Amino acid sequence: MLPRLIPRLEKRQTPSKAMIYLSPLLAIFLTLISSVVLFLIMNVSPLEALHAFFIKPISTIYGLTELAVKATPLVLIGVALSLGFRAGVWNIGAEGQLILGGIFGGATALFFYEKTGFYIIPLILIAGVVGGMLWAGIVAFLRTKFNANEILTSLMLSYVASLLLNLLIHGPLKDPDGFNFPESRLFSDSALLPILYDGTRLHIGAIIALLAVGLGWILLSRTLLGYQIKVTGDAPAAGEYAGFSHSKIIWITLLLSGGVAGLAGAIEVSGPIGQLLPTISPGYGFTAIIVAYVGRLHPVGVLFAGLLLALTYLGGETAQISLKLPIAVTGVFQGLLLFFLLASDVLIHYRIQFGKQGAIA
Amino acid sequence: MKLRNILAVLIASAALTACGGGEKAADKAKEAATETATKVTETVKEKVTEKVKEVVKGKSAADTKVGFVYVGPVGDHGWSYEHDQSRQALEKALGVKTTFVESVPEGADAERVITQLANDGNDVIFTTSFGYMNPTLKVAKKFPNVRFEHATGYKRADNVSTYSARFYEGRAILGTIAGKMTKSNIIGYIGSFPIPEVIRGIDAMTIAARKVNPNVKVKVVWVNSWFDPGKEGDAAKALIDQGADIITQHTDSPAPLQVAEKRGVYAFGQASDMKSFAPTKQLTSIIDNWSDYYIARTKAAIDGSWKSTDTWDGIKAGMVVMAPYGDAVPADVREMADKVKASIVDGSFHPFQGPIKNQKGELVVKEGETLGDGDLAKLNWYVEGVEGSIPK
Repeated sequence: MLPRLIPRLEKRQTPSKAMIYLSPLLAIFLTLISSVVLFLIMNVSPLEALHAFFIKPISTIYGLTELAVKATPLVLIGVALSLGFRAGVWNIGAEGQLILGGIFGGATALFFYEKTGFYIIPLILIAGVVGGMLWAGIVAFLRTKFNANEILTSLMLSYVASLLLNLLIHGPLKDPDGFNFPESRLFSDSALLPILYDGTRLHIGAIIALLAVGLGWILLSRTLLGYQIKVTGDAPAAGEYAGFSHSKIIWITLLLSGGVAGLAGAIEVSGPIGQLLPTISPGYGFTAIIVAYVGRLHPVGVLFAGLLLALTYLGGETAQISLKLPIAVTGVFQGLLLFFLLASDVLIHYRIQFGKQGAIA
Repeated sequence: MKLRNILAVLIASAALTACGGGEKAADKAKEAATETATKVTETVKEKVTEKVKEVVKGKSAADTKVGFVYVGPVGDHGWSYEHDQSRQALEKALGVKTTFVESVPEGADAERVITQLANDGNDVIFTTSFGYMNPTLKVAKKFPNVRFEHATGYKRADNVSTYSARFYEGRAILGTIAGKMTKSNIIGYIGSFPIPEVIRGIDAMTIAARKVNPNVKVKVVWVNSWFDPGKEGDAAKALIDQGADIITQHTDSPAPLQVAEKRGVYAFGQASDMKSFAPTKQLTSIIDNWSDYYIARTKAAIDGSWKSTDTWDGIKAGMVVMAPYGDAVPADVREMADKVKASIVDGSFHPFQGPIKNQKGELVVKEGETLGDGDLAKLNWYVEGVEGSIPK
């Protein structure tokens, strides 16, 4: 009979707790195996390719610091997004909040051009937080007031943010001596984040990211707010019954994730970039969503996931330089990782059944 | 260590002599000691310089490594594609080793990629997009022995050269053809970013088109990207809907040509010959040819004659090349375009020679005058005939 041959997913009664945490490792393992096949097809030694991807980029101190620089915005935003995702608040627009933070932080840096003072950098970072919160606040307002879907509003606001940055960089924030090129002045030294290790780009933002991991963990596991977030996400009805205000959770998680994304933006412009450019982020806000999920929406997991994703970017460059592999391999890599993660998640929560529902009881 | 030992012995002997033979002797000994010490230092210096020279000279072409950073994918069939074609030509011509990294975002990532190429032992590194300017300079500071070549920028250093092509010369030829061939008198122009480089192209084309057809108007759509086939295609459609019957673009993908072919309007290729994307509609194309420059600069690095320079070459030097005319271009138009090209090459004509009026109709460049390189480098105004205003 035909229905017997059509596979169907049936929810498992009790998904294995161990497997939920093991699934990222399983996904990494499967990604490695399939990439070996991929490299064999491409006629590249898999051992050399994997070495170029995962070992060579971090075989020097410089490489390690670059990994931290690349992972900083991913971890920061990933941690903040996890809080919202845990509560079932889908902030997809961290990219826009990051850009707003960059604009606010960058404008502050330019305001203090050629001035010195210990207060400049804190002001830049605070401005970044405010910028990100403002952008996420719009989303929270639209959601709580008009029940507008935050996935759509936050995503669309990302494009608005990008255009706003372009507008400013072509206008008031443009370098007056820059031949009309759309770039701001280079920030003064007083507006650049302190470097932690001389001769590298490792800046103080990396420590802020680690702090965010710690604070995120404490918030989720040790505070009432963390408990409310989890309950609201897992069982919204139970949360309401317990008297947790849903709109309060929406506001808090959006402002929190927006503020942190904005902070990441300010850190990027006053850290490794050092000026405002038409594009200040190669999509960190979107990649951080992957980071949050690969990290199981847990701050410590996010830290590792951020490092892993950052490593694939660095590895992609190394593979291009030393093995002449095309950049598309990096994309395939990241795609495989996400695919296997989602696939194992599905199989952890569901089992494949053949035949009619209930036929095999 | 050796030098220090010699000096120590000399000083000691001088001191001994001084103790033994009175003040005069001491003075003489001191003098002698200083002299010898200076001589020794000089010899050592010379030897070290020789050694360094030997090392540099000893680097044969086969040991020389050249790195490239591209802003787009090598398969963009435009800007990055042509840089990569020239990279391959360089490899063939000199037998040097080359590597490239493609699709490098113009932001925090560029500095890391350039550093990696320098760490990897590349002797010359070409960074081929404007946005790499500050990262290139930052990395160049850390690697004084590596030569950097930045395309289209304006900041240089002892080990950073800049280079660009006078694409506007090619635009003048496109303008001549477009002015003769448009029926609606509307030319659609797809712009990337409103920087002097792009404004120059728009102005040069408009001036040339209105010279042969004073009724021509140029409409500009900005896509805020160098490479975005989707947006570029949409921009082409929008321009055609507004009456444009000739499309040209200052972006890197062949998408506008595909749209032109489908909608039955003429178009020009950009950066490379894009005829395969619009077989019947491409009139000609401006081809960037970096090969000669890359070969010359790498040669200079190998033989030690490399110096920081600012290069801005055009059709005459072969950096800007025109693709063969499409079948649709009639003989008289070809002749006219050839004449413009010949006059640019022999210097009797400059695309920005007066009279040039701005959008308000005010005479900005008088008859007999020509806009100089300095003004062209920061050009930020439209000439008469361009519609709309430059995004600010």
